[in-house]
Amino acid sequence: MRKNLNVIAAYSIMMGLIILVGIFQSWNIALSIFNLCLISAVMTMGANIQWGYAGLINFGIMGYTALGGLAAVLISVDPVQEAWSAGGFDILMSLWLIIVMVLVIRFILKRFEKSKIRTYSIATIIISGILLIRFSAEPGIEAIEAVDPAKTGFLGGFGLPIIFSWIVGAFFAGGLAFIVGKVALGLRADYLAIATLLISEIVIAIIKHEDWLTRGVKNVIGLKRPAPYEVDLQTTDWFINLVEKFNSGKLEIISNLSDRQVVLNQLVIEGSSVFVKLCYSGLFLTVVIILLILTQKALYSPWGRMMRAIRDNEEAANAMGKNVVKQHLLIFILGSAIVGIAGAMLVTQDGLFTPGSYRPMRYTFLIWVMVIVGGSGNNFGAILGGFVVWFLWIEAAPIALFLINFFTAGIPETNALKAHLIESVPYFRFLMMGLGLLLIMRYRPKGILPEKIEIK
Amino acid sequence: MDILNAIILLLNYIFIPALTYGSQLALGAIFVTLIYGILRFANFATGDMMSFGTMVTILFTWYFQSLGISLGILPTALLAIPFAIIFMILYMLSIDKFVFKYYRTNKSPPVQLAMVSIGVMFVTQAVVRIIIGPSDRRFFDGEKFIIKAREFKEMTGLNEGLALKSTQVLTIFVTIVLVSLLFWFLNKTKTGKSMKAYSDNEDLALLSGIDPKKIVMITWIIAGILATIGGALYGLDKSFKPFTYFNNMLPIFAAAIVGGIGNPFGAFLGGYVIAFSEIFLTYAYKKFLIYILPASMEPESLVQLLSTDYKFAVSFSILVIVLLYRPSGIFKGKVL
Repeated sequence: MRKNLNVIAAYSIMMGLIILVGIFQSWNIALSIFNLCLISAVMTMGANIQWGYAGLINFGIMGYTALGGLAAVLISVDPVQEAWSAGGFDILMSLWLIIVMVLVIRFILKRFEKSKIRTYSIATIIISGILLIRFSAEPGIEAIEAVDPAKTGFLGGFGLPIIFSWIVGAFFAGGLAFIVGKVALGLRADYLAIATLLISEIVIAIIKHEDWLTRGVKNVIGLKRPAPYEVDLQTTDWFINLVEKFNSGKLEIISNLSDRQVVLNQLVIEGSSVFVKLCYSGLFLTVVIILLILTQKALYSPWGRMMRAIRDNEEAANAMGKNVVKQHLLIFILGSAIVGIAGAMLVTQDGLFTPGSYRPMRYTFLIWVMVIVGGSGNNFGAILGGFVVWFLWIEAAPIALFLINFFTAGIPETNALKAHLIESVPYFRFLMMGLGLLLIMRYRPKGILPEKIEIK
Repeated sequence: MDILNAIILLLNYIFIPALTYGSQLALGAIFVTLIYGILRFANFATGDMMSFGTMVTILFTWYFQSLGISLGILPTALLAIPFAIIFMILYMLSIDKFVFKYYRTNKSPPVQLAMVSIGVMFVTQAVVRIIIGPSDRRFFDGEKFIIKAREFKEMTGLNEGLALKSTQVLTIFVTIVLVSLLFWFLNKTKTGKSMKAYSDNEDLALLSGIDPKKIVMITWIIAGILATIGGALYGLDKSFKPFTYFNNMLPIFAAAIVGGIGNPFGAFLGGYVIAFSEIFLTYAYKKFLIYILPASMEPESLVQLLSTDYKFAVSFSILVIVLLYRPSGIFKGKVL
């Protein structure tokens, strides 16, 4: 108990802050911050597995998040039959071509010695394959995109419940991580960072512009939900009764019956959105807890010890007979898969998929700030980092506004400088993140909750 | 005649834009490579430092414009750049003093410095957005075109026009002058040589009496000059928007690595490699082929290898290929 005091204290302060937001701003805001904190926590856990456990730097978090989001679309949206009949065959043929291409390349890699001829022939196969696919898929893609472009214009998905996408998203992200890992993991740390960053940009470019698959920048809206809809709740009897019971004290004061009805309606509308958010919170909390148990188990298992050994001294671990390359690849895949889950969760919560919104600032660098601030190598630290940083990211604007007003209290409202500062309040969040990161890295380089390994 | 038309077409739509864009990338890439070679970390704040320099240039430009000072047909920004450079150097040196120096003296691993540079990136981005705002700014004034497409057509009687923007000529010219000065400095002067020595082998350089503080300071000064001029030229040619500058960091990194990171000449050429391949692969060759092929073979489609949406993806793919097959870059830089 004593040992974990700082963990408990940190988490209670965090919860207290969120509750304060609930009291002073609104419960709706508090819960949406809480939900996104949970999603950020899942992302940080993924990054923490890679960075904290194994010392692998992955700046491609944005790409895995987007792939998770894509999974949510592909799983939950109903298939567009017309699009399938218009261009499905061409797409399937291209898919075949890709598989054949990969198999041929694998075959060449296996059967022939490394030589210039082999390299060039593989390059020719890839280039001619891409050209072939481009020209063969072109009519199909055009046909698909022509199917009711205002509403669909893409192949749609499988029409399954969106919850499944959390698992599928993990597989998508893991698959990408496998490819990226095979290509880039041999690189030195900072090159790995740049390479993963650029590869994630390529992924986003593909998601943004392959309209037949993702609708691209036209966005997919109105995804199915795992939680009830607010509108349905507002007309359900048990929910109205529930709200009435909760607020009976408040309602009883109002004597006028019609006034009371108006107030009740208002409360039901507010309550319904809080209720929906609570449903999400429950789902997300389950995921976070399951992942936390798994990652903690892994951290203290022989496998976790091995990962730390590899991280701290690669050569020594290699000499002890540990397969460093294989373990690096494995942990790269695992971490990215967790990020993929978070990506799917994010899209599930928003109910829409907007490829244009994936930007490295928000989905890669911010997550890294979370990992560093929270404490790399410590799962509780990573989760806390997700909470603290996301909380600040959202609340930075109000805090900045308060500070500006406080320090410029003597200056009249019409002052140009003051007006300019108040106008640029949203950008103070970058300043806060940057300063936070710099201060933490300087004075507490191991994060708020540092890594602490006890050998039991 | 058709052949001439085809050549003009390529010049107008591929060669000149790629040369301009390549020059802008090259300046950024040399910046990245210098920092990497001498301070030994990947600077993720590159794009934002460039946007900071451009912002200062814009502020000075506005100030001069309000005073009524102008350079006639040349953009006023040229007058503002030297002042911006001084500001930028001060900014760079203070960042180094308050942020990077601590990690350098502690001999932190490069990854940690890269992380710190992300902190600097956030702060710089915030400062730029707070001061000038996130929106698009054009600060170009003076004569826009040296040759207008219509005038060129009338002059030569060709079907295709050649438009030459003054910013394009300016960019290419300034880049060539700046880069030649830089290479002269690095290869011929004593300070430049000691910088190279320091980059090559730090311990040996220290043993032979090279002052590391001076080297670091000069590196930041050169970096400040490159960042300001590179950023301002990009802003003059296109427009200034903090977000685009942040995004430009990625092709700049690609250029630096493709050229062989740590090698300024490689970075310089890397910029053009990236720019040309981006534009070559995403240009629609239909019109060009119509000119050079006989009428019976005219293409139906656009004959575009990749849609322009994949412009960035092209440079990143090149980078991945280079990393796979020649990790030290086309011109041998530091081995990874």
